[in-house]
Amino acid sequence: MRRSRALWTAAILGYVFLYLPLVVVVIYSFNNSVMNAQWVGFTLDWYRKLFANEEMLTAAGNSLLIGLLASFFSTVLGTMAGFAMYRYRLRVLPLLVVAPIAIPEILMGVSLLIFFVTINLTLGLISIVLAHIAFCIGFVALVVNARLAGMDESLVEAARDLGASPLQAFRLVTLPLIMPGVIAGALMAFTLSIDDFVITFFTAGTDTMTLPIKIYTMVKVTVTPEVNAVSTLLMLLTLVLIVIASKLSPGVLRGEAGGG
Amino acid sequence: MKSGRLSKWLISGPPLVYLLVLFAIPTLIMVVASFRFPGEFGGLAPLTFEDETGRHFDVTWENYARFFSDWLYTQLFVKSLAYAALTTVLCLVIAYPLGLLLARSPKGRRELLVLLVILPFWSNFLIRVYAWMIILGPNSVFVAALNAALGALSLGPVTLLYTPFAVVVGLVYVHLPFMVLPLYANLEKHDPTLLDAAQDLGANAWQRFWRVTFPLSLPGVFAGSALVFIPAFGIFAIPDILGGTGGIMIGNVIKQQFLDTRDWPFGSVLSMVLTVMAVGLAGLAAWFARRERL
Repeated sequence: MRRSRALWTAAILGYVFLYLPLVVVVIYSFNNSVMNAQWVGFTLDWYRKLFANEEMLTAAGNSLLIGLLASFFSTVLGTMAGFAMYRYRLRVLPLLVVAPIAIPEILMGVSLLIFFVTINLTLGLISIVLAHIAFCIGFVALVVNARLAGMDESLVEAARDLGASPLQAFRLVTLPLIMPGVIAGALMAFTLSIDDFVITFFTAGTDTMTLPIKIYTMVKVTVTPEVNAVSTLLMLLTLVLIVIASKLSPGVLRGEAGGG
Repeated sequence: MKSGRLSKWLISGPPLVYLLVLFAIPTLIMVVASFRFPGEFGGLAPLTFEDETGRHFDVTWENYARFFSDWLYTQLFVKSLAYAALTTVLCLVIAYPLGLLLARSPKGRRELLVLLVILPFWSNFLIRVYAWMIILGPNSVFVAALNAALGALSLGPVTLLYTPFAVVVGLVYVHLPFMVLPLYANLEKHDPTLLDAAQDLGANAWQRFWRVTFPLSLPGVFAGSALVFIPAFGIFAIPDILGGTGGIMIGNVIKQQFLDTRDWPFGSVLSMVLTVMAVGLAGLAAWFARRERL
């Protein structure tokens, strides 16, 4: 294959650019100094401080709860949407599935803020979960839809010929076949939910903390190496989820990011 | 046929209703809000009012008039456009070699190289921005090394954090994968024999790139540009964290109108202008991409 030294050099610089910042954060999370400057010595103090930080633990708990609820409901609704888009000729649903992904995030944040205040819903956990479900549905629907597009339709026809009702054919043939896509979609929704900052920022109100909001506050007010520690742990969690998702449905992450 | 229609509604109905209620209706409410008056204590004034002659809608063009009469906001849009455009160009320059490398590497290794591009993209957005706060910050060992080098050339020490430079670095870093992936998807499909033919006809590496590879990759270039430009245009967290006062973009002003000043009608006007511009530019990119494909 064609490969030139210049191309390799440029590409390697690209990879360095992608990874250097993350490596820096991980390294400083073990540095025995309040300043993110010289390397002083190895310590686990920042992790210890992190696990003694009440606010941080509350924020992490909230993020986990929101992530679980949002990923569950968006997976159910997103799978339905993905299946409906595959099976039927629809006009409005595909538009509503793609639009939240295509427009700048801040717009969804502010319009949901106005909406929740208009219907008199107190901003907090419930409004955050409702908002997260709304932006996760599209991602799940696209992943499930892609999985369905790769499915052998004759299997469903065979089941129907053998006397299965449409519901039975779906439950016994289609669903098991698309299950890896559904689980990958659920993991993606979970990751998007616990990572979300912009939409949460507008729909959280003043009393509810999530992990990204807490990180934002720390970064804006006082940067301590605790931020490095919580960042490192979050990266680790995301990495684990990605490995699981890619094992279940190879290529799904790449296809998704390319389309999103 | 009847049961077919029923199951169609049973399956597509719930997600449709959910997205109508939590996406379409909020968007419409925002459109209406851009014509309303701000409330006395922030938020929105009541939509209707009553007098001797009955109930009336309390709506106005004033918010739009204010937008078009105060140059400050147009300037901010132009500045945000410029930052987003610069980000798009820099992403293209950095992403192209990566995309080419991915497309031309052997199949077995390709999976891993692609995964390595996506991986940072999946870590938390704020963490990726925060990392640049460390790298560009006043205590940074990188900035110290840079300033030592500049000092040797008897050039003044530079401050990098809280400048427009830091904003653009953050924007490029966060959006880079959106450029690499569509480029790679396009470059992967190129027929390598075209390059062989060009070489046989005497084209050097430079000519082969500019006259064969690059023109063929234009749909990927447009797709990637749209995916970088649109989110970069409306962003507020990156200038908020890395930009200081000089680096703010239109997203910061929208955030300010909704959460600090609490002038929601005017915030809605700014959001509307942002949406129209973003959707318009996306449409333009799609149109270009389609035209290139023909």
